[in-house]
Amino acid sequence: MRQISLREALNESLRYNLQHDERVFCWGEDIGVLGGAFGVTAGLIDEFGPMRIIDTPLSEIAIVGAGIGAALGGLRPVVEIMYIDFTPGCMDMIVNQMAKIHYMFGGQCRVPMVLRIVTGAMGENAAQHSQSFYSFFVHVPGLIVVTPSTPYDAKGLLNTSIASDNPVIFVEHKRTVNIKGEVPEDHYTIPFGKAEVKREGTDITLVATQALMHDALKVAEDLEKEHVSIEVIDPRTLKPFDKETIFQSVEKTGRLIVADEGWIHCGMASEISALVAEEMITYLDGPIVRVGTPDSPCPFSPPLEKAYIPGEEEIREAIKKLI
Amino acid sequence: MNNEMRIDMLRGMMRIRAFEEKIQELYLAGYIPGSMHLSTGQEAIPVGCCMCLREGDYLMSSHRGHGHVLAKGGEYKYMMAELYGKKTGYSRGKGGSMHFAHVAIGVLGTNGIVGGGIPIAAGVGFASKYLESDRVVVCFFGDGAAETGAFHEGLNFAAVLQVPVIYIIENNQYAISVPRKLSDRLEDLSVRAAAYGMPGETVDGNDVVAVYDAAKRAVERARAGGGPALIECKTYRWHGHHAGEPRDGLVYRKQEEIDSWKEKCPIRRLKTQLLEEQVVTEADIDAMQRGFQQELEEAVAFANESPYPDESDLLRDVYIAEE
Ligand SMILES: Cc1ncc(C[n+]2csc(CCOP(=O)(O)OP(=O)(O)O)c2C)c(N)n1
Repeated sequence: MRQISLREALNESLRYNLQHDERVFCWGEDIGVLGGAFGVTAGLIDEFGPMRIIDTPLSEIAIVGAGIGAALGGLRPVVEIMYIDFTPGCMDMIVNQMAKIHYMFGGQCRVPMVLRIVTGAMGENAAQHSQSFYSFFVHVPGLIVVTPSTPYDAKGLLNTSIASDNPVIFVEHKRTVNIKGEVPEDHYTIPFGKAEVKREGTDITLVATQALMHDALKVAEDLEKEHVSIEVIDPRTLKPFDKETIFQSVEKTGRLIVADEGWIHCGMASEISALVAEEMITYLDGPIVRVGTPDSPCPFSPPLEKAYIPGEEEIREAIKKLI
Repeated sequence: MNNEMRIDMLRGMMRIRAFEEKIQELYLAGYIPGSMHLSTGQEAIPVGCCMCLREGDYLMSSHRGHGHVLAKGGEYKYMMAELYGKKTGYSRGKGGSMHFAHVAIGVLGTNGIVGGGIPIAAGVGFASKYLESDRVVVCFFGDGAAETGAFHEGLNFAAVLQVPVIYIIENNQYAISVPRKLSDRLEDLSVRAAAYGMPGETVDGNDVVAVYDAAKRAVERARAGGGPALIECKTYRWHGHHAGEPRDGLVYRKQEEIDSWKEKCPIRRLKTQLLEEQVVTEADIDAMQRGFQQELEEAVAFANESPYPDESDLLRDVYIAEE
C-alpha cells in the first residue's frame, strides 16, 4: 500500500470532507496560502477558495467562539488553533461554551465542530510553544478528545470527527506530522473509543500516546532481542476511553507502563493509571509506572529540552523498574 | 409608526414586566431555586429590537435574558418551568435562568459568561451568510460585557467577515456594583464601533420607538449584506444585580438615582403617550394586564405540576451517540 505522512493523511481527510459536504469549512490563523503552521491545510485554498478556507484575524476567542456559532447555525466547522499553548486564551469558549451547550440547553443545540490543535515539544520552542496539556480537555465533560499517532489513524479519526455531532478536540503531535505510514486512498472511519494493540506482547503492557507510541514501538522491538515481550497499546481517543482493551492486556501481562507527553501530575498517564488501579489492582504484579513530562515548564536550552522531553530512554528506564 | 405597532410595543414591554415582577415575588418567597437576573426597567430594548426581526432570525442573549426570550416569542409556562428546574422547561431543567434556549424560535441561549455570546453570534451570522440565507442575528449584552476581550475579538471578527449581526449594548450603568466611570473613559460606548469599521449609535434605551428605529436601520442593512452594527441603549436596572441582592443594590447606588430613572420608565412613557393620543384606554391596559396575570398563574400551575427531571437524566445529553 502507498505510504504517506500524517500531515498528508489529514490533508486528504479535509479535502474529502470539503468535497462531500458543503457545510464543512476551515478557519484559523495562516491556514490559507500558507497552508497552516504545519502544512496540514496546504493547497486547500486553491481547491475550495477563500469562502471555505478562511484566514482569520489573530483572535483565538473569536476563532473558537465564532466556530461554535457557525456550528449552531448549521455548518460543520473545522477550526485550527495553531498551538495548544494558545488555547488558555480561549479556554472559556472551549470549556464553558463548546463543551456544554448541548447539555445546558437540554439537548436542543448541537455543536458539530472539530478544533484541531498542535501539541508536543520539539525543536527548542521553549515554554510557550511546547506543551501537551490536552488532559485539560479530557477533564471537561462534553468534549471528545482524539490523539492519533499514525497516518492511518489520523485520517480515519479525522473523518469520524468531522462526521460527529459532538464537539471534538483533535490533537496533532508535532513529532508525528512527518511520520509516514500506510494509508488507503479510499474513505474510511475509525470509531471513537477503540484503542488499538499496536504490537502484541506478554510481559508488560505499555500504553502510549502519539509520539511516545512510536518511541514505545522502537523500544519494544529492541527488547524483543533481550527476550522481553512488550504489548504496545495506543488509546487513540482519550475521551471516550477504551479501558477494556487495556484491562485485557493487563490481565495477561500483570505489568503496566503509561507513557503520555503531558505533565505527569494530574495528566492522562495518571488517569489511566488510576483506572487500572481501581479496577485491575489484583491482576498487577508490580507498581504502575508513568512516563511523561516533569513538573516544569519546557526549557529552551537544547540539553535541557532533551532532558525534559520523554522518549525511548525514559521508556527503557520505566521498563527496568519492572523487570 | 402606526398605532398597532405602538400597542404591540406596549404589550410586549408589559408582558416582560409582568413576568419579572412575578418571578421576583416567587423567588423571594423561595419557590424558584438558584439565582437569576431581572431586567425590570430595561424592557424597551428587547421589545424594540425584536420587533424588527423575522421569525427565522436568531437571538443571542446574556445572563439578564428573560426579556430577550420573551420578546422573541418565548412562552411564560416553559420559562417558568425552567426556572423551577422542571423537566418541561425550555432546557429540560438543565439550564435555569442563565441557560434558556429555544432553538425553534431562534433563541440560541442566554449565557452565564459575561460577553460569552458575542463571538458566538459572529459565527451564527457567518453560517447565515455562508448558507446564503437572509437571517440576521441580534446579540444582547451589558455594558460590563463591552469591556471583555470577547467583545473586542467578536466585533472585529464580525466586521472582518461582514456578517449580519446586530450587537446591542444594554448600558444599565453598572456591572454588578462597578459604575460606568470605573470601567472605561467613554461617554458613549458606541464610539467603539468605529474601531471595528462598523456603524455605531447610542440611543435612549428607555424609548422603545428610538430603539426600534435604530435597530431597524441596522437590521435592514445587515439583511441586505451590509455587515454588522453596534447600538448602545442607555437604560437602568431597577432592582439589584440579581434577585434578592442585599438591599436591592442600594449598597452601591442611591435611592434618588433609582427614583430618577423610574421617572423615565419605558412602559409609563409609551402608555402615557398612547392614552393622551387616545390610542388606548385605561380599560384596554387593564385588560392586557389581567391577561398577563392570568397567563402567569397558569404558568406557575404548569411549573408546579410538572415533574422534575429523573435522576437518570443526569448524564443525558452530555454526549450525542455516534452513529
Ligand atoms: C466572564 C465573567 N466575569 C464575571 C462574571 C460575574 N458577573 C456576572 S454578571 C456581571 C456584571 C455584568 O455586567 P453587564 O455586562 O453590564 O450586565 P448587567 O448585569 O449590568 O446587565 C458579573 C461581573 C461572569 N458571569 N462572567
